[in-house]
Amino acid sequence: MKFTIDWLKNHLDTKFNNNQIIDKLTNIGLEVESFESSTSDSDTFIVAKIINAKTHPNADRLKLCDVDIGGDKTVEVVCGAPNAKNGLLTVYAPPGSIIPKNQMKLSVSKIRGITSYGMLCSESELLLSNESDGIIELKNNKYANKIGEKYFKNTSEKVIDLSITPNRPDCLGVRGIARDLSAAGAGKLKINKKSNLKYRGNQNINVTIKKEKAQGCTIFGSCLIKGVTNKESPKWLKDKILSLGQKPISAIVDITNYVMFDLNRPLHAYDADKIDNEIIVRSSSKGESFEALDNKKYILENDMCVISDRSGVLGLGGIIGGTRSGTEYSTKNILLESAYFLPRSIRKTSKQLNIDTDAKFRFERGIDPLSIEEGLIKASELIKQICGGEISNLDVKKIENYKKTIINFDPFLFEKTTGFNVENKELIKILEKLGFNVSKNKKILKLAIPSWRPDITQPIDIVEEIVRIKGYEHINTSEPVKTRLKPTLNYYQKLFHFLQRSVASKGYLETVTWSFTDSKINQLFQENDGEIPIVNPISSDLNVLRNSIFPNLLFYLKKNLDRGFKDISLFEIGPAFKGKNPGDQLTVIGAVRAGKVSRLSWNDKERIVDTFDVKKDVIQSLCEAGINKDDIIIDDTTPSYYHPGKSGGVYQNKNEKNAIAYFGEIHPNIIKKLDINTEALVIFEICLDYIKESTQKIKDSKSEYKFSDFQKSERDFAFIINKNFKSQELVNIIKSVENKLIKSVRVFDVFEGENIPEGKKSIAVNVTIQSEEKTLNENDLDNINKLIISSVESKSGAKIRS
Amino acid sequence: MSDIKKIKDDYIDKLNTENNVDKVNNIKSELFGKNGIISNEFKKLGSISVEERKKLASDLNNIKDELQNKISIKIQEIETKEINLKLEKEKIDVTLPERDIQIGKIHPVSQVIDEISSIFSEIGFSVEEGPDVENEYNNFTALNTPDNHPARDMHDTFYLDNNKELLLRTHTSPVQVRTMLKGKPPFKIIAPGRTYRSDSDQTHAPMFHQVEGLHIDKNINMGHLKGCLNYFIKEFFEVDKIKMRFRPSHFPFTEPSAEVDIGYEIKNGKIVIGEGDKWLEILGCGMVHPNVLKNVKVNPSKYQGYAFGIGIDRLGMLKYGINDLRAFFETDYRWLSHFGFDPLDVPSNYRGLSR
Repeated sequence: MKFTIDWLKNHLDTKFNNNQIIDKLTNIGLEVESFESSTSDSDTFIVAKIINAKTHPNADRLKLCDVDIGGDKTVEVVCGAPNAKNGLLTVYAPPGSIIPKNQMKLSVSKIRGITSYGMLCSESELLLSNESDGIIELKNNKYANKIGEKYFKNTSEKVIDLSITPNRPDCLGVRGIARDLSAAGAGKLKINKKSNLKYRGNQNINVTIKKEKAQGCTIFGSCLIKGVTNKESPKWLKDKILSLGQKPISAIVDITNYVMFDLNRPLHAYDADKIDNEIIVRSSSKGESFEALDNKKYILENDMCVISDRSGVLGLGGIIGGTRSGTEYSTKNILLESAYFLPRSIRKTSKQLNIDTDAKFRFERGIDPLSIEEGLIKASELIKQICGGEISNLDVKKIENYKKTIINFDPFLFEKTTGFNVENKELIKILEKLGFNVSKNKKILKLAIPSWRPDITQPIDIVEEIVRIKGYEHINTSEPVKTRLKPTLNYYQKLFHFLQRSVASKGYLETVTWSFTDSKINQLFQENDGEIPIVNPISSDLNVLRNSIFPNLLFYLKKNLDRGFKDISLFEIGPAFKGKNPGDQLTVIGAVRAGKVSRLSWNDKERIVDTFDVKKDVIQSLCEAGINKDDIIIDDTTPSYYHPGKSGGVYQNKNEKNAIAYFGEIHPNIIKKLDINTEALVIFEICLDYIKESTQKIKDSKSEYKFSDFQKSERDFAFIINKNFKSQELVNIIKSVENKLIKSVRVFDVFEGENIPEGKKSIAVNVTIQSEEKTLNENDLDNINKLIISSVESKSGAKIRS
Repeated sequence: MSDIKKIKDDYIDKLNTENNVDKVNNIKSELFGKNGIISNEFKKLGSISVEERKKLASDLNNIKDELQNKISIKIQEIETKEINLKLEKEKIDVTLPERDIQIGKIHPVSQVIDEISSIFSEIGFSVEEGPDVENEYNNFTALNTPDNHPARDMHDTFYLDNNKELLLRTHTSPVQVRTMLKGKPPFKIIAPGRTYRSDSDQTHAPMFHQVEGLHIDKNINMGHLKGCLNYFIKEFFEVDKIKMRFRPSHFPFTEPSAEVDIGYEIKNGKIVIGEGDKWLEILGCGMVHPNVLKNVKVNPSKYQGYAFGIGIDRLGMLKYGINDLRAFFETDYRWLSHFGFDPLDVPSNYRGLSR
């Protein structure tokens, strides 16, 4: 909502200076977005000097000018004017300027092979005269020291731009703003002058509001003004319209606009001679159409509120008028409309047709239903004053009577809500200045709500009115109470926190990427989940919710590889979506590692990252977050985007069905499809939701501390075993031989090839044996060794290597 | 006597010039072995008179001690020399680089969320969460924003179906609804998370982060709201004093509503929070609207309280001098390394919010 201080003072007697008014507006909830001179298209034109004009190498009639545009900048401009010469002071239009004559926007362009930055202007191009033979020649004595400054002086008054919240339609008019300011003590609201308008004759165009279920209009007021002379608006009116950032059109249109912004009372003027017999306010039928004042043709749906005559639709009530009945300079007789349209109807229609106008914006928020006559009178007066003519009696048709809203307000609610007290007397004064009618019934205030405040419907709204006018600075600051109702984080939130920092501490950079992604990449990671398209995506490559974190992670990995990074570790923790309903999502960590370990190391051999690097990262992170390593089971079934032979799943223990993590190489097909160029790429993922919370807190779950000081022994074994036999099982077989005595089993060598039969491998393990009761003698140890060998051989089909 | 003194002097001289441990050991056995020179002298003691014996025994013992002492000092001397020589040869260039260090980082958004959670934890708030996909009711209707309300235009919403039933939440406020529907008052929660609006330019990203706050009890009023936010802002920006302004505004789900500005100034091209005469809007808040309470089955005549919503990314930008919102989500390795936080920098009360 834009207006000038002068305009405000038409409605407000105030001693406040501009800055005080600005502050006050913000303090009462009318946020000032800006307070500055209105910018206009003419601001871009700059006084400039041609330093050097030479002939264009490719065109004799064109010149190539070096132009000083102020500061230390010069630009090169191609110019066709014969009078362009060294030292000439003229007017320069930079790229982006709009040339008044043809309304063309300048861009940087090549003219006969030479790039021209902007242009030098003739008087005719700036609409200063018809002189078009050459560029403007400015007088040296006046402009020599103004190079770089704006050529057109901006004399317009400073404009306040308010950001009005959707609950305050009344402040979409200057008078409403003045009323709020007066309630806040910034002055006195001026009383509207009584009109001494003389009416002659009746409004003889019959108006009917049809009683229909979907009727969007409840009041239609109008008057006829006969014998007007439409013309250009006088300067004061033009200035007002310009200050709103709008273009003056003609006196009649400008007046209706002016009244709308002044009183928040939208009006519409019809050329009465173009109306076919009568006005019928009705609901549209599907397929009806009309051409609107924005020069677009609209085809209507059912139940849109239209103003029509016998020939059809004239306009959409409260939204936009039609060209068929529009006023022109030649218009002699006008019908002025001042109506009330239902916000719901306006919103629905404008959404369906995608129209946004100042009138629609206002009716949608709720116009004062009692301002019908006031609007007609104010506009008629101005029309009579500027365009002449005779005004008929006002004709107001209604199908519904306005009912005043009454609220019983207990002033205690104010203190209860805001924490501070305002004396009843002051409270009543504030409400009365805002237009409330206050009567008292013991402690309760009976409030009649002003007709221009559709937002006020219940007592809490009254609290807001009082506190905002009184000022939020009166609210006390109560120190926060530290009482805690429950622990800050639950198990999964803690897990999130631990795992996030644990993974980062393994050298991974955390990133945050969109929750949506490109369906083409997502497909590669979708598995059995359905695609979840966004109906209105921001762009076609962010068109689905991600089923996995990897599509984005790999997309950005590639970008970083393209930037020249080779060794990259990245991860993200966040949602992966499994379906389109609320809650169909899992919290997942996705991590990628690319490149080499010990690249260009002076002492270590460099090698590519591999599955066991990420296996370490994932297992260590899980352990740090509280998962018991001894219970973890590794499996080799993984989602299809993993390399089928070089990836694994991690299970919290042998009873769980869902893998809590996967790790391994990514499938080579995917690397190829995404065109990722790296020496090696391994990934892991952890699904937090599948991790089961321990039933005990750590303080209860610590087992008794036991240790043994008896001598421990280590024995090495090498087995020849089927190539596909899992080392994890071998270790488990050995452990289960003597659970109490076998303290650890370490695989220290795996070997295939030379001396090993086809389809077999050699696994060497180191077994630590220790008793908690005695020192084991050779005999004991031999027995255990034999047991280990026989168990492994019988359960796995392995053979001990001799 | 002169004999043994001469032996002593000879061997002391010998030992003084000797540099080899083996040779010193040879001398040792030459002197003290079974048939060593000194051993033999001791053997002679038995054949001489008692008086002479006493004197000679004493002299011999002194010479023995002196020589043995000399030998052990010599051996130690030589060994020390040899070790030093060996160590000298083993010297390496310790300025050569260590094995690769991989430094991981926590994203600024995560760090700021942890800072926020830590601060609110101190005043008794717990953390709640809600899904990113919401239904229309939780995101709008329950929050007193009916379909025909112009306030819906303030949110550019991503939809997942043509009926506009399912959407990506446009704010974290639906967590209020979920929390109150599933529990009983009092409520004292914050809810950080991802939020979405179909809006993308230099200062807007289609996804961003908010933290919702909700405190409902029997007598929570706007003074508590002011106190809570005042505390939070001061703690968050780690300043003793903060210039803060509550300004009336409008949100459908709170009444009265406010926007909060903090004072700032630009010093040497950098933004300084807390002082100065410029205002920066950082959050929206208000008393939870009775209609919202009714929608979530909380009796507004018994319970009341406040709610607020803060843009997390924006807070992080202000605190850590990050200019470009879009960069948060572009995964540039250089940016993440530059603005990321050490994983061990866990914001907490006793270790401090930030280093």
